[in-house]
Amino acid sequence: MNSLLARVISGFALFCLVIIIALLYEGIDRIVHARMQRRFGPPLLQPFYDVIKLLGKESIVPRRAVRTVFQASPWMAMVLVLVIFLYIPIGSIPPILAGNGDMILILYLLAASAVMMVVGGFASGSPYANVGSQREMVLMMSYELPLALVVLTLAWVVYKKGVPGAPFSLETFVAVPVWKTVGLVGAMGLLALLLALLGVIPAEVGKVPMDIAEAKTEILEGLLTEYSGRNLALFKLTFALRSLAMSALLVPLFFPFSLGKLLGLNGAYFVVIDFLWFWVKVLLVQIVAITIVRTMYGRFKIWQASQFYWFQMGGLALAGMILVSLDVMLF
Amino acid sequence: MAEENKTYTIPIGPVHVGLKEPITAWLQVDGERIVDVRIRPGAIHRGIEYMARERNPIQVIYLAERICGICSFAHIVSFVRVVEDATGIPVPPRAKYIRTILLELERIHSHILWAGVACYTLGYDSAFNLGMLLREKVMDVLEAMTGNRVNYGVGTIGGVRRDITPKVAKAINEMLDYYNREFSYFYNVVTEDPIVKARMRNVGVLSKENAIRYCAVGPTARASGLRMDLRWSSPYEAYEDLEVEPVVPQDYLGKVHGDVFDRFFVRVMEVYQSLDIVKKCMDGLPDGPIMHESKPAKLLSLLKEAEGVGQSSIEAPRGDDTHAIKLTKGEENITWWKVRAPTYANAMSWPIMFKDQEIADAPLIINSIDPCISCMERMLVVDEKGSSTMTTKEELIKLCRDKTRRLMHR
Repeated sequence: MNSLLARVISGFALFCLVIIIALLYEGIDRIVHARMQRRFGPPLLQPFYDVIKLLGKESIVPRRAVRTVFQASPWMAMVLVLVIFLYIPIGSIPPILAGNGDMILILYLLAASAVMMVVGGFASGSPYANVGSQREMVLMMSYELPLALVVLTLAWVVYKKGVPGAPFSLETFVAVPVWKTVGLVGAMGLLALLLALLGVIPAEVGKVPMDIAEAKTEILEGLLTEYSGRNLALFKLTFALRSLAMSALLVPLFFPFSLGKLLGLNGAYFVVIDFLWFWVKVLLVQIVAITIVRTMYGRFKIWQASQFYWFQMGGLALAGMILVSLDVMLF
Repeated sequence: MAEENKTYTIPIGPVHVGLKEPITAWLQVDGERIVDVRIRPGAIHRGIEYMARERNPIQVIYLAERICGICSFAHIVSFVRVVEDATGIPVPPRAKYIRTILLELERIHSHILWAGVACYTLGYDSAFNLGMLLREKVMDVLEAMTGNRVNYGVGTIGGVRRDITPKVAKAINEMLDYYNREFSYFYNVVTEDPIVKARMRNVGVLSKENAIRYCAVGPTARASGLRMDLRWSSPYEAYEDLEVEPVVPQDYLGKVHGDVFDRFFVRVMEVYQSLDIVKKCMDGLPDGPIMHESKPAKLLSLLKEAEGVGQSSIEAPRGDDTHAIKLTKGEENITWWKVRAPTYANAMSWPIMFKDQEIADAPLIINSIDPCISCMERMLVVDEKGSSTMTTKEELIKLCRDKTRRLMHR
């Protein structure tokens, strides 16, 4: 009973923390993006101002929308992303719901929250939102292949190499970095898998070049077209949280290296340093995978994005899988 | 079970993020593919030609300037040329050169703006910002030269109102160095980007035959491989002394696609061409007066005595800009004035370009001819009952002839 209460309180605290960090990182993302374009950029806290302002605005439900679904989908989308953070180990702190869920559940939650956005788009009764939702669905079907390949291969490696712990659990990857379990060939394969996962991130979080479902110069923010006020604020939070969740998922898988262990710390210092170190790593991943990519490229068309994920990224993930399998079976 | 292909309608416009001015394209789409398109202009008709009939030619100069925000000087030059044509007022050579320099500066400004906006339509915001940054320099020069960043207000009948001082000449030369140094960076960033190429190649194709049939003009026609440029075929102002070759993609790339990428390419190459022309004009700038008559009152009385019809076509950044005017002896105001902006000709090609494209391409295709909707809108039929009517070509010709007859008997 006591531990349940502790979990609820710590879970609630974590939710508040990740929302603040997600918005803060979005602010950093926007400033870095602006500086790379030789612009000054918005203030660091601009995402906070945006969300607070939107919360105070009227939330309009279009006459042709399915009211209940339209109102519920932003909440569902955000809550489903928030729940992911209960399963991600932060630094050396085990996840709050450790042992109750694994990577497969995280992938499901990510997909479910995207589906909720699609449902919200379809429910708004606008042709633009309709097109946006269709595009988001096509995109989801495209990037699931490389994503599933990466996760399955990693779990298989951990299982075959006899790393202690459940193969799909993120804690297993934190305890023993996956790079240490394989040889040179396997490391090359892992690099391919890492690149494939980095390639999937823009589509997962809906940023250029994969912001096809929200393309504002084509279909006017797509599935967000009809949303306003509080609902839009929730969707803004959802997008910020998805960026954070994807980056935070990548860190334990590929970069679990602990700074505390390196410095030989122990006790409270170790936990605090690792906690902060984790968020620094997440920020770096987010800047590399989202900010730099969205500064460098323009937007794909939907069939081009689909092709990109099925062939280029799928091929990369497959090559990674083959290399890693060779490593595991031969050496 | 035989399933019927269901299409639904998506409007692009009248107000849309990807468009600079209000126009509506009703797209019939099947999934992402465009099956049919109907273009409906008519949102920003302003009745400028009618307003002009209550003004004297000098006042109309400033009205003509406001037809368009970006190619404002092209409209002024075209207008003052028709008045000069109708009245026979000569233009001093120095004024001709200054007009040419301004026209080319405006072309640079317009093409860089267009290239930036095209990138923005693709979601390539970095290139858009780079383009806007580059455009600042030519805007600064225009401000140094005329005092304004847009709508310069320097054209007048029989000359120009601002001279190129040594200070301005220095600014222009600095600008030429700046663009020769910096512009290739923007060009390389965009044309070598795989996503931009994937988005622009084979999108919105207008073949050479269709370009001729639908009377495309300016960069749109040149991108389809047509060698046509009024600066080359019927030179005006200082272009008579300069050698201007039309920029066509086959000369540079060896092959014409007639797609959005070719239109981008032609505009980028024309920026280089314009820089070259400005340099030549600066080198060969003749001395002398810049105005035939500097006193407006005297000029006005001269115009009041004039009788005749004038016509002029010039190469605006978007294509041929044609003006025609009639002045009547003893009347201060102009009798009639017609403007045919390039978008009017280019807009006819839209339905061809839209064929079998995708929704994602629609704003890019609309923007690819660099439309200036407010330039284009010259006629509006308002039906009080609210029913939509189509005006056929025969009816339009009849209305046209009726109006001409009415005006002839005034």
